[in-house]
Amino acid sequence: MASALINVPAKAKRGEIIEIKTLMSHIMETGYRRTATGELIPRNIITSFSCRYNGAEIFRADLFPAIAANPFITFFTVATESGKFDFDWIGDNGFAESASALITVE
Amino acid sequence: MNALQTRRNVVRGLAAAAALTLASPSFAQSAARVVVIGGGFGGASCARALRRIDPALQVTLIEPNRVFTACPFSNEVIAGLRELKSQQFTYDRIIAEGVTVIAQAATRIDPSTRTVGLADGTTLGYDRLVLAPGIDLRFDALPGYDEAASTKMPHAWKAGEQTALLRRQLEAMEDGGTVVLAVPASPSRCPPAPYERASLIAHYLKANKPRSKVLILDAKDAFPQQRLFENAWKELYPGMIERIALSQGGRVVSVDPATNTIVTDFGNYPAKVANVIPPQKAGRIAEIAGAADHTGWCPIDPVTFASKLVPDVHVIGDACIAGGIPKSASAANAEAKACATAIISLMAGKSPETPRLNGACYNTVAPGYAFSLSGLYQPKDGQFVEVEANVTSPVDAPREVRQREADTAQAWFKTITVDAFG
Repeated sequence: MASALINVPAKAKRGEIIEIKTLMSHIMETGYRRTATGELIPRNIITSFSCRYNGAEIFRADLFPAIAANPFITFFTVATESGKFDFDWIGDNGFAESASALITVE
Repeated sequence: MNALQTRRNVVRGLAAAAALTLASPSFAQSAARVVVIGGGFGGASCARALRRIDPALQVTLIEPNRVFTACPFSNEVIAGLRELKSQQFTYDRIIAEGVTVIAQAATRIDPSTRTVGLADGTTLGYDRLVLAPGIDLRFDALPGYDEAASTKMPHAWKAGEQTALLRRQLEAMEDGGTVVLAVPASPSRCPPAPYERASLIAHYLKANKPRSKVLILDAKDAFPQQRLFENAWKELYPGMIERIALSQGGRVVSVDPATNTIVTDFGNYPAKVANVIPPQKAGRIAEIAGAADHTGWCPIDPVTFASKLVPDVHVIGDACIAGGIPKSASAANAEAKACATAIISLMAGKSPETPRLNGACYNTVAPGYAFSLSGLYQPKDGQFVEVEANVTSPVDAPREVRQREADTAQAWFKTITVDAFG
């Protein structure tokens, strides 16, 4: 069961550097492990993460099997205008989750 | 500058050692001297074991507190089920057995001259030094949480006044309040203890302040005996204990003592009572001795507990890196005896035997309701590993089994405190 946590400041001053934190619950199964009977456990990871600020992409990351379960991604941006941040996680087996947060820039 | 300082230390150390020899003419030249720093379960057990194995040995225990307050069972004090004084032990019996106990803090260690400096300025020589300093709380690790903050948001992770403070805060809290526990990542002292504490606080609240809640903010996803705890919470305290794990954003990143608020990456949690257990490291003297590495803990040879960083120094208990052995009173006690045996062998020029250590851990979730975990550990590839799978209480068991384990837990406490303090 996937669930996203995001932390975007509700308010910021124009031009202020703000920190954005995200955490997506995901098993991040590497595809290299085997079961007790020797069968390969199929890979099941998030492959990409992106963040759009009022429609324009401001951050993107490709994820790989070496990344631990429940990826915690944090980054900074400049608060330019009031509006919306959209977050998207895409992965194996048709995994697709999204979340959004509003910001007021004064 | 460095060279000068070193030489000065050597001279001072030599002078002090000479003074000590002159001042103690009654000791035979051959009596080997072992100094143990720290009078907790590790240090006290080790000092006694050394004397027991070799009565000719000159054993000194350095511990600034004249009364020791034990952590195991202190969660029951917090819940009002037990008096703090039943947690307290003196060193009288250890002194009667011929161990010299010095009620001073050790402040300096010079491995090159094998001397320990005490807070009152005196210096002591040793042939072997055992460090059993337990933990120090890292007041630099959690923004907002320093020593002053701990008087408002108690850690109660060293038993004593902090235990009493958390108890008083719970008693003063109005019904309907939220008690928030901040739990650190591993390694830390007694990994299951935060969950035992949450259980026993819920026990107190259920009887006295039933609209109140316990919230655990956790820097870990999994914890020991998790299913047993979670089943007990459902059975005994339905809806009272909530836990936010690491992967749900539970890691605490800062605290605000002014508003009694605990902050995670994804939320602010105002608390009526805030129990903040900060990250930890080996007791300060380990760092002073140079026995702690960049992790803050002390790497050791698992056969002898000899420090990998400082010669003629051994480290036992919570302060050492003991691989798979969880930091606990039980482990410290077992390590202490193995270390004492190894020291005697080393000083006699024999090669020490490979120890097998037992660790036991009891968790009480309500009066008459406990479960346990025990393990057997042995050195392998330079580190302690579990030799046999842990024996853990069954997940499904009738209440008689839990009652029996609660009785066993009481007996265990009696046994280990008698073993350590006489």
